[in-house]
Amino acid sequence: MRIYHTDLLCMGAGLAGERVAVEAAAAGFDVICLSLVPPKRSHSSAAMGGMQAALGNSAMSEGDSPDIHFTDTVKGSDWGCDQDVARLFADTAPIAMREMAWMGVPWSRVDPGVHTYYKGGKPFQAEEKEEKRGLIHSRAFGGTAKWRTCYTSDGTGHSVLFTLDSRLLQMGVAVHDRTQAEALIHDGDKCMGCIARCLRTGELVAYFAQVTLIATGGYGRVYPATTNAIICDGGGQITALDTGCVPLGNMEAVQFHPTGTVPTDILVTEGCRGDGGTLLDVNEYRFMPDYEPEKAELASRDVVSRRMTEHMRKGLGVKSPYGDHLWLDIRHLGEKHITTNLREVYDISTKFLGVNPIHQLIPVRPTHHYSMGGVRTNRDGAAYGLKGLFSAGEAACWDMHGFNRLGGNSLAETVVAGRIVGKKVVEYLQGTDTTFNTLAMKQTALQVQERIDDMASGRKGRENCFTLRAELHKTMMDNVGIFRKGEELQKAVDKLQELLVRSEQIALTGRAVGGAPELALALRIRGMIKLGLCTAYGALMRTESRGAHAREDYPERNDKDWLVRTLAYWKEGESLPVLKYEPATPHFELPPGERGYGGGKIITAEIPQEMIRPFGSPNKQG
Amino acid sequence: MGRKLHIEALRYNPLDPSSKPYMQSYHLEEHPSMTLFVALMQIRETQDPTLQFDFCCRAGICGSCGMVINGRPGLACSTQTTSLPEHITLHPLPVFKLIGDLSVDTGTWFRDVGKRIEAWVHTNTPFDENAQETRMANALATEIFELDRCIECGCCVAACGTARMREDFLGATSINRMARFHIDPRDNRGKQDFYDLIGNNDGVFGCMGLLGCEDVCPKSLPLQDQLGIMRRMLALHSVKNIIPQSLRGRLEKKCCCHEKH
Repeated sequence: MRIYHTDLLCMGAGLAGERVAVEAAAAGFDVICLSLVPPKRSHSSAAMGGMQAALGNSAMSEGDSPDIHFTDTVKGSDWGCDQDVARLFADTAPIAMREMAWMGVPWSRVDPGVHTYYKGGKPFQAEEKEEKRGLIHSRAFGGTAKWRTCYTSDGTGHSVLFTLDSRLLQMGVAVHDRTQAEALIHDGDKCMGCIARCLRTGELVAYFAQVTLIATGGYGRVYPATTNAIICDGGGQITALDTGCVPLGNMEAVQFHPTGTVPTDILVTEGCRGDGGTLLDVNEYRFMPDYEPEKAELASRDVVSRRMTEHMRKGLGVKSPYGDHLWLDIRHLGEKHITTNLREVYDISTKFLGVNPIHQLIPVRPTHHYSMGGVRTNRDGAAYGLKGLFSAGEAACWDMHGFNRLGGNSLAETVVAGRIVGKKVVEYLQGTDTTFNTLAMKQTALQVQERIDDMASGRKGRENCFTLRAELHKTMMDNVGIFRKGEELQKAVDKLQELLVRSEQIALTGRAVGGAPELALALRIRGMIKLGLCTAYGALMRTESRGAHAREDYPERNDKDWLVRTLAYWKEGESLPVLKYEPATPHFELPPGERGYGGGKIITAEIPQEMIRPFGSPNKQG
Repeated sequence: MGRKLHIEALRYNPLDPSSKPYMQSYHLEEHPSMTLFVALMQIRETQDPTLQFDFCCRAGICGSCGMVINGRPGLACSTQTTSLPEHITLHPLPVFKLIGDLSVDTGTWFRDVGKRIEAWVHTNTPFDENAQETRMANALATEIFELDRCIECGCCVAACGTARMREDFLGATSINRMARFHIDPRDNRGKQDFYDLIGNNDGVFGCMGLLGCEDVCPKSLPLQDQLGIMRRMLALHSVKNIIPQSLRGRLEKKCCCHEKH
């Protein structure tokens, strides 16, 4: 078996993984990035909208500050986030954006003069100031008090990823693409790297690393209708969960995006609504202001998705062969705006839907979009449970998003957390040495090889991995969706437990020579079912509604009992995760209160005085 | 009901000693809004789990799924089957190393040329986290982004006559990338630096001018213009010690008919 040795092993080479890699490489450490695809094809590239950072350069962001960004983030999270982390994030975001500008990102810039913008479909004028000429511009996104989202036309993720990747190229960081991590090498105390499978040749490869970083993105492919790329199968989270000692945090917190297109599930950006797009029903009536008079289409994503579902349940959706949907209307933004600032939206509508958004309505419905949960880490990005294991980006539960993340906060998180966690990884590398255990490595490799042999020979059963995936999909979509109920969640847990047993009995139907796509999926499916179980079981046990987790049988947000984060551990051989809980946040700068949108009752909690911190950026307090 | 589609795909697994290249036929029913992504996934799940191809974003953004569709390079995910006849033939992109069936190794190719052309912003200014960002006109930022939109799908390389004949040719994608750095004020490279990197037969002077690249680019990038701009700049630079300054100045100002600046 080929064995590589490195200081930092990044599993995943999207924005978060590459940003951490840059930090370690700049400090002189040896880095290898593993990726399922060439790094520039990572799912980060598909994020069109932008990154939130309180730079306050644009007219509509005047007076913005990290304090307001922090407040928006905590409210957005429905008080489920770690407030120390949200503070760290909001304070660092402006620096991280400027740093990306320095590296080469062509951010859209302030162009002084009077410009026409849209809010709620109505045009208005604002004057961009001469003194801000050429500084980083910002646009509106949901759930924010200011226009705060930095962007490059509609290709933010793409251009930031290309810029970061060019930095990797310059620094000579090794990239092993078409490689799928299968298991972490560890001894119950320290993580020492991973066993991976080369998708070109099919061979197993071992990586020994002082630090292993999980930055593999979300696990949206557990759902059938998701905006996530087909590589977002939770590979990194699965390897962490399989260790038995690393918990996944808040897996029941799953975001549905209001504007997935029908029938392809491709996302059209929140920028549409930020720029003035509206949602219409079957009668082409704009319904959102009836539910949310203040924020309308720009309430947070969980709220807009629920209101849309509510409206469709009243029979006001548009019937189609692919199920009910609603309309997104951007026609009034005009041809020039749509073909420049929203060009990807134009391309997607015309190419995939056969709809011309300059003249026609876009069919949309809430679609699975984002995983707030993931590998639980401390504020340094170090995973709970194993030394030398870190995580960043969507794969992690760092946890600045709590039960709902704001648009523009996840893309920002990748480079902000990447910067912060990268520095902590460097500190760790400077102060630690690791003894690599070849026995642990061989045993892990043997276990993976044995699973492959089982599947190739069919000696454990006759299950088909595509069938198992289809059943997983149906279970998650039917029972663990936007609105949740105890009995449905229980049904999901029962079914997923059955699927988990069957996932040990997979037999390949085709020959596995080389990369073998069927084998790649077959190796993943057991873990994907486990992730589904963590989500469904966590949701079943959480008897309240918070952010994206909406229980019809428990509609109140219950701060008294549930101001906590779920930690899901998986002990080997068990059929369910063990759930533990920890306080949602060590401190409160912002004690729990009303979000100002979404409605709903709150069961209040007494917050101990010692947990309350004075509000405001520590930088400012000096 | 939908049409009966007949999809023929090249099959060959270089890692399997018993494998010989051949065209394999698959038949399936067409559904509304069906793309080649949907069709190929369906084939893999219901007919042949060994068929190799690459998809990732399935939204025309990531560039994974370039292949030759009825003789023309394009992105499979953004190709509606209704835009094609009932009989569809699929081949892997040429030029790139074949991994198997319709899957090719674009990743290695692009990393290699990225290193050769030093595809990063060259700067000696360190980042100062307490300083405001350097200002840039929005029009320039937009112009840079326009060229930054390449998704490295490889279609332009596969459609390039020169790349088919000479394996070291950098292709339209690389020349476009260099044009992006050329207009970026953060990149301190001068004409001589660009000349050293692409002022040769592997770069701007190797292009035969067939311009298949621009025809097939799924992002409609102005590849022809960028080649013209870079070639003119570097051609004039190469004769800077031969023709008089005054003439060179005039030539530098005079642009091609389709350039507006």
